[in-house]
Amino acid sequence: MNNDLTLAQILISAFALTLGAATPYLYASIGEIFSQRSGVLNLGVEGTMLMGAFVAIFFASDKGLQIDPAIGFLAAMIVGGLMGLLSAVINVTLKAEQGISGIGMTLFGLGMSSLLFKMLADGVITATVFPKLNIRGLSDLPVVGEIFFQQNALVYVAFALVPISVWILNKTTWGLQIRAVGQNPKAADAMGVNVNRVRYSTVILGGVFAGAAGAALSIGLTGVFQENMTAGRGFIAVALVYFGGWSPWRAMLGALLFSAANNLQIWAQILDVRIGNSPIPSNLLGMIPYILTILALVFARQRHSLEPAALTKPFERGEN
Amino acid sequence: MNPTNILPSGHKRIDHAELMGIVKRFPGVLANDHINFDVKAGEIHALLGENGAGKSTLMKILYGLYKPDEGEIRLNGQPVVFHSPADALTQGIGMIHQHFMLVPTLTVAENVALGMKSGLVMDLKQVKKRLVELSAVYGLKINPDAYVWQLSVGEQQRVEIVKALYRGGALIILDEPTAVLTPQEVKELFVTLRQMREQGHALIFITHKLYEVQTLSDRITVMRDGRSVDTIANNGVEQRTLARMMVGRDVQFQVDRPVVPIGEVKLSVRGLSATNDQDLPALKHISLDVRAGEIMGVAGVSGNGQRELAECIAGLRKATGGEVFLNGKSILGLPVLDRLNAGLSFVPEERNRHGIIGSFSVAENAILQNHGEPAFKRGMLFNFGAIARHTDDLIQRFNVKTPTRETPIKNLSGGNIQKLILARELSRHPAVLIAAQPTRGVDIGATEYIRNILIQQRSEQVAMLLISEDLDEILALSDRVAVLYEGEIVGIVNREDADVEMLGLMMAGVRHSS
Repeated sequence: MNNDLTLAQILISAFALTLGAATPYLYASIGEIFSQRSGVLNLGVEGTMLMGAFVAIFFASDKGLQIDPAIGFLAAMIVGGLMGLLSAVINVTLKAEQGISGIGMTLFGLGMSSLLFKMLADGVITATVFPKLNIRGLSDLPVVGEIFFQQNALVYVAFALVPISVWILNKTTWGLQIRAVGQNPKAADAMGVNVNRVRYSTVILGGVFAGAAGAALSIGLTGVFQENMTAGRGFIAVALVYFGGWSPWRAMLGALLFSAANNLQIWAQILDVRIGNSPIPSNLLGMIPYILTILALVFARQRHSLEPAALTKPFERGEN
Repeated sequence: MNPTNILPSGHKRIDHAELMGIVKRFPGVLANDHINFDVKAGEIHALLGENGAGKSTLMKILYGLYKPDEGEIRLNGQPVVFHSPADALTQGIGMIHQHFMLVPTLTVAENVALGMKSGLVMDLKQVKKRLVELSAVYGLKINPDAYVWQLSVGEQQRVEIVKALYRGGALIILDEPTAVLTPQEVKELFVTLRQMREQGHALIFITHKLYEVQTLSDRITVMRDGRSVDTIANNGVEQRTLARMMVGRDVQFQVDRPVVPIGEVKLSVRGLSATNDQDLPALKHISLDVRAGEIMGVAGVSGNGQRELAECIAGLRKATGGEVFLNGKSILGLPVLDRLNAGLSFVPEERNRHGIIGSFSVAENAILQNHGEPAFKRGMLFNFGAIARHTDDLIQRFNVKTPTRETPIKNLSGGNIQKLILARELSRHPAVLIAAQPTRGVDIGATEYIRNILIQQRSEQVAMLLISEDLDEILALSDRVAVLYEGEIVGIVNREDADVEMLGLMMAGVRHSS
């Protein structure tokens, strides 16, 4: 009896943890959806996340500026936005090959965040994470309240962004322009839409969200920064956009799936999964998200009605 | 004409639009050389010229897509400067492009709303209401909630026109609007355009079809090589005169088709089925035979299975069912090279993508398929002397205008590229020739030449499948005509029994009963 109760408690906290761990994916892939729906593949998400992660914790930690974590979150978004602006200049104005320039952005973010980490924090930095924000009435609900409504503010915001971004894409003038520019930029241009301006706006927004994703990792989840702490999450977020067929709702499902895969070690312990008599080696479980990424991309290669036809193609006015 | 100066579309009339001394240079090309052009309210002004004469460039300047290097645009006497189409749209200028500027994944209403000033949230209800009003006033039936990808080409064009009217459309430029329509749809379009003229719209009609110019326009400006040849009033001007202005010399319209004995069946297609790039059925159980010395024309509106038919026979697309026999031998299972060696030649529709390698020289393109033949080799190496002799022979016999045989072929004009492709294909002495859109985008001189070559091949007992969207070409060359509609053959008729009217109906899916 007592044992059962403990198991239930563990399960609940594992679910809650999965929800929290999904937030970096969620911020990053929603931002990437905006960018890609307008026709720009931004592969620099990983580097932008790292920058966001460091800047956020630097603002929050006693070893850094010792200001509020909320300010850290804001600063991460601003730095992300600047990285987005740089990506936009490279990809939209200078018409670089998007698959390659994104790798450059990622290497830049990786190197820069590591450098700042060593120079400004001597290689060790911690901060208190965002406090849990209980919502009166909801948080006290049994099970549901414990899983969904005892999270920090960054988690609520991330999940709220899903319906908001769907609404923006489908119901607003800006959203219509984003979809048109991603599908047929020449038609949009001929109707008086400024194609490059729309793409700047989405790539910058994608940067802002990638910065937020980094902050969600450093001051939302772990409370520390480490070199290359994103460990490929930015690339997985890009993969989730394909996996989700450019829909924020399906990207959210993907984020939850990958987050669960990330916590597989915990799950394996809870459920006491064994091969024969010995537990599954944790290294093997740690591989799962990356294997899932590859499988997701292979199997998500069916036709998608939302796929932007002009993805990765810079816009140039001219002969047909 | 409407006495007030407000059009039914709600925009102020543009009484006079003038392009004065327009110069536009592209690298290596003077596209517009001091062009003067004007159009008035209640007028249809035709802009006639060959591909590459500079018509589209001039109109893109008027629509704000290009900036002129010299010259000035005036509306109602006032100079204006357009930095982008948005500026032109604000002034009431609309353009209907040859390749429709619609986003297929959006609805009609969303396409119209695109680019309009509006608040944060789209007011699609208002847009739809206005669309319904406009389509009633102008007699253009459209469904605002339909997705563009669901519409036929004719319907999409109506959407384009309504879209232009929605934004004011006091002056509307139509860039080759009839190229994609069936003859019946062309008639409907002309009714609409005449009605718009009555209501006081100023219309510019870009075309290279002489008949349309004669029927529709009030004034005609002819362009050639970036210059304006002349502007004349359309009072009984002859096609011959217009053609001479357009080409710069007399043009022979009719191709003489000598009587040729018809031989045995060379190409036989039996129950052929295939899917298109979207994996939807594109060919449904097609059967036809082509005999030696016969040209079988394949007519139809673009996208009804013509491309898939050609590609299946050539081996560029996998058939999902049926059989194709060449000289009685089944070829569907064979790789491309074996089909070529079995006596097949193919002039592809997209000649720059599938017919040549642009950065390769003329000589390299001339041996693209048969570079493995002993005649062009010396051991493991190429015999460049033999290749050069072969290329020079083709250049000379087929009248290909190229600076040298080493010139990258992409630097040649469309007509000369096509002549080289034909030369290459025919140099292999095929039993069967598939010619897809052989004269599309080719100037009148080269068109004349290419058609004569095709007729000459017919005399030499080649069996030919001529796929063309140009009905005049089909009627000028074919012995029999098969009409494709939605992947099926609506009917096969003898040339003597066919006319434009009847083929037009068949292209719209009306079955021919005989």
